[in-house]
Amino acid sequence: MAVQKLPIAKAINESLRTALENDPKVLIMGEDVGKLGGVFRVTDGLQKDFGEERVIDTPLAESGIVGTAIGLALRGYRPVVEIQFDGFVFPAYDQIVTQLAKMHARALGKIKMPVVIRIPYGGGIGAVEHHSESPETLFAHVAGLKVVSPSNSADAYWMMQQAIQSDDPVIFFEPKRRYWDKGEVDKEAIPGPLHKATVAREGTDLTLAAYGPMVKVCLEAAAAAEEEGKSLEVVDLRSMSPVDFDSVQASVEKTRRLVVVHEAPVFLGTGAEIAARITERCFYHLEAPVLRVGGYHAPYPPARLEEEYLPGLDRVLDAVDRSLAY
Amino acid sequence: MTVESTAARKPRRSSTGGGKRASARKPAPQKSTEPELIQLLTPEGKRVEDAKNAVYDAYVADITAEELRGLYRDMVLTRRFDAEATALQRQGELGLWASLLGQEAAQIGSGRATRDDDYVFPTYREHGVAWCRGVDPTNLLGMFRGVNNGGWDPNSNNFHLYTIVIGSQTLHATGYAMGVAKDGADSAVIAYFGDGASSQGDVAESFTFSAVYNAPVVFFCQNNQWAISEPTEKQTRVPLYQRAQGFGFPGVRVDGNDVLACLAVTKWALERARNGEGPALIEAFTYRMGAHTTSDDPTKYRNDDERVAWEAKDPILRLRAYLESEGHADEGFFAELDDESEALGKRVREVVRAMPDPDLMAIFENIYADGHALVDEERAQFAAYQASFADAPAAGEVK
Repeated sequence: MAVQKLPIAKAINESLRTALENDPKVLIMGEDVGKLGGVFRVTDGLQKDFGEERVIDTPLAESGIVGTAIGLALRGYRPVVEIQFDGFVFPAYDQIVTQLAKMHARALGKIKMPVVIRIPYGGGIGAVEHHSESPETLFAHVAGLKVVSPSNSADAYWMMQQAIQSDDPVIFFEPKRRYWDKGEVDKEAIPGPLHKATVAREGTDLTLAAYGPMVKVCLEAAAAAEEEGKSLEVVDLRSMSPVDFDSVQASVEKTRRLVVVHEAPVFLGTGAEIAARITERCFYHLEAPVLRVGGYHAPYPPARLEEEYLPGLDRVLDAVDRSLAY
Repeated sequence: MTVESTAARKPRRSSTGGGKRASARKPAPQKSTEPELIQLLTPEGKRVEDAKNAVYDAYVADITAEELRGLYRDMVLTRRFDAEATALQRQGELGLWASLLGQEAAQIGSGRATRDDDYVFPTYREHGVAWCRGVDPTNLLGMFRGVNNGGWDPNSNNFHLYTIVIGSQTLHATGYAMGVAKDGADSAVIAYFGDGASSQGDVAESFTFSAVYNAPVVFFCQNNQWAISEPTEKQTRVPLYQRAQGFGFPGVRVDGNDVLACLAVTKWALERARNGEGPALIEAFTYRMGAHTTSDDPTKYRNDDERVAWEAKDPILRLRAYLESEGHADEGFFAELDDESEALGKRVREVVRAMPDPDLMAIFENIYADGHALVDEERAQFAAYQASFADAPAAGEVK
């Protein structure tokens, strides 16, 4: 019974349940996380089983949610807070950046900030504005924060366990359009390190690096490319801060080509950092410049246009062709 | 005296106003400058006997002469420390200083009301509260000298780090208090902020959270009349203590230059919190006699008359008058305290001047508790870069 097939949302739910069971200091906080179980039902049933003192419905105030979580962490608790949607994190951005990220350093290491901030993020669900954004770079840029995003159920379960156990603040981006995708979760497995990238598919001709919702697109692209006789390797970064450059480098030294894919705008995005670092590390291995596929320097568009905005199979394969043409 | 200060500001306000039509449309502000406040000692140092103070009087009814001398000593030494820090900034030893001059009673009164197991969340001006908590005052100077960004272990004295972003700490205090309640502890939390911070969303959110969760937190607002150059009228149209009512907890305005009243009112609020009666807001009506920090020039935005009026309400002179009239302190006490003040000033001077610059590698220390690959990489690069200078030829040396 150790291995179960679970959707990502349910894997996170079970991970939170396990954390609440294992450590009385773990708290769940957020808007609608209690009775409703969150707008995506990720916290479904937790308040019923652990009570209002552990699973806390909060006032509708994001800065207040994060600010009070900081205070609870100072008191020895391990709060896991939910920001309802990506675009709603900004009222809390000040608390996250000026307070949460710096508290450990300001206290010369004497206090720790074991706070997890869960953010359902990204597009593809036909939502209204502020419900489809990918702000991970804004957090990865801030020293003191760690930023991760699982792409499958097993990672969702285990990375959440590891994020909660971390003594550092972790921004946990959940790919909301994958919430209902099922995958196997082995609750007795020994997971790899939280910030280590994994090879989701092996290949020899080119490396696709992605995280969160785009890993599935890249796996589909690799399957399609195989039919054309191209062998693509897919690296699931899993962590945007820190980035496991060693794993990306190892893959690129093998394939000699790299395309980075994410939903967030390309300009100054995670892909820009990876392109720069890999170019520096693998200059003599590369057969082509590192290419990036991602969002445009535009506000996330109305839902009827999002399929054009989001990187899909065609845009990824187009970049693959451009790289292979060098 | 507050009426005078309003009069002093009036011409300037109308000269910058939006003309006749705009001013005609302006709603009349409530008279927040004519405060009804809790006062136990008059500016002349007379004990106020008034039935309306009964609930607060009870908290200082059995205060001893020794305790009163202690409050006086705290205020004098805090002022001396503050003056020394201001001087050190002028001498280039500190990059910046935020003086508490004039706010000694608000800070010492409230600080002495706390218990050891209470937890304090200050702004960056709570030097007197830090003193009451037993924090070595020289620890407060590290961030102003630029050798660290905080510099003490908050848990050593249950005194959190100074917070520079306005109002952020009120939420930390509220969350901490929520934790205290969860733990079933009978301690309380006190959050300090100023009149300017009352405009911040975080302060309003902390009021909401603390009320909703009945958190044992006391909000202590030192209304020192000025948020850098902005007067309180630019922050609020109603007296600040009245804000509490809208959130569902009591608000009290106390004479912030009356140490006895600040002590009594804060003890009352902390006791309520400890008894599970939830948050309270105290507005200590006081005056910042100096600049906001050593970077601004109060003569550009306020009038000398105002300061002169407030000097007559000086918190230290007031308690001294009371101690003397009651025969609670003799000349020997004051002389001894003068010596102690000078010794403190000397120690502060010496410690600051001897503060070493931090180790170069401190840039990379304590960013993460569990480590971070990029930090490790950059630390190693930085160390190698620094080490490269050790082998470099000395200046003028021919290779």
